[in-house]
Amino acid sequence: MLKKRIIPCLDVKDGRVVKGIKFENLKDSGDPVELAYRYMQEGADELVFLDITATENQRQTLIQWVKEVAKVLQIPFTVGGGIRNLDDVKAIIDAGADKISINSIAVKNPSIIESIAKQFGSQFVVVAIDTKYKNQQNKVFIAGGKIETELQTENWSKEVENLGAGEILLTSMDHDGEKNGFAIDILSKITQIINIPVIASGGAGNKQHFLEVFQKTKVTAALAASIFHYQIVNIQDLKKYLLEHQIPVRYAKY
Amino acid sequence: MIAILDYGAGNITSVKNLLFSLKVNFVVTSDLEVLEKSEKIIFPGVGHAEFAMLRLNELKLVNFIQNYTKPFLGICLGMQLMCNHSEEGNTKGLGIIPTKVKRFPDKDIIPHMGWNEVNFHYNLSIFQGIPQNSDFYFVHSYYVEENPFCVARCNYILEFCCAVQKDNFYGVQFHPEKSSELGKKIMLNFLNL
Repeated sequence: MLKKRIIPCLDVKDGRVVKGIKFENLKDSGDPVELAYRYMQEGADELVFLDITATENQRQTLIQWVKEVAKVLQIPFTVGGGIRNLDDVKAIIDAGADKISINSIAVKNPSIIESIAKQFGSQFVVVAIDTKYKNQQNKVFIAGGKIETELQTENWSKEVENLGAGEILLTSMDHDGEKNGFAIDILSKITQIINIPVIASGGAGNKQHFLEVFQKTKVTAALAASIFHYQIVNIQDLKKYLLEHQIPVRYAKY
Repeated sequence: MIAILDYGAGNITSVKNLLFSLKVNFVVTSDLEVLEKSEKIIFPGVGHAEFAMLRLNELKLVNFIQNYTKPFLGICLGMQLMCNHSEEGNTKGLGIIPTKVKRFPDKDIIPHMGWNEVNFHYNLSIFQGIPQNSDFYFVHSYYVEENPFCVARCNYILEFCCAVQKDNFYGVQFHPEKSSELGKKIMLNFLNL
């Protein structure tokens, strides 16, 4: 049986891992290579790195740490943040990332999804969607949650699937950083209308939240950051707990 | 020397990194002369079957692979290309494993992406030290149909063949290079064949 994936997310700025609370107030909590290795040992199924600097002169730093991470990780990892064109994509994939995650650029230029899928394969394209409930609608936000778009989350999800995205990383801005559970409603809705894997993101505060999202929605993976970084939830404990509640997870002792 | 066959159809960085971490000497090549001298070949593959076969034909490697007698390991698309035919691009394969590659029926999420249990049917040396029903990392939309050389199976939407072995030819649908410690173990077993 296919296992539900547990994915720690690491936000990286200037080559260091940080975590924003509601996308602001960044705290420094480590070296990406060290943390990546630690998470693999703890039983993470996959990792996501979001580079939140990603300005022109940071590009080389990014490629450098992606290479270093790729050397120590024998589990898949995704890199996202500030990707502007196919050259960026190629550089990150060549550095050893298994998937790239795009957000703002996909909204501004949806055909890039198709281009990446064609050139590298659908499995390389994760489209990250930041969603917020506003005026009775689920709206897509870009630029790290700063800019509201005209897009409705349901329509946009369907569109990125049609364009060839391999996976959707859906972050609820209403839940992100709150630690009071994943956004069950929107996750449940999106997983019913599309047929590619969806990663739940935003709101994990304890083990029960993971159980809830796997029981109530069809997401195939759940992502969290600070609760793993600050060891509020240990990955092995979480997986043991999920197994006890009949959620299939990869559980290996190291 | 171990050769990673790089036919330009996908990313080989993770296979390279795994061999680096195992401190193995290897060469990345598509050069026939180098491949002829190799003691083992790793044949990775992520990408499109049609494009991959086109490249192998251009590089004039089809015949060479078919007649290779030393250990050969196809990974993911690499394993699929070892078969007679793939539905992906209606592509004629290398014909080493007499079976077909089909697209998963549209009954669940595609691709089959993530960790899934592998059921080993034979005690091959390449699988030594791997507990039954261990999890390995998969990413694919096409699967290898039942065949006489199937040595392991996996279940997603349907039961499919996820590893083959015929003489010196080995193929795995999952990614050993992305399957943590157990994947590393399989790669090490292959290198020790």
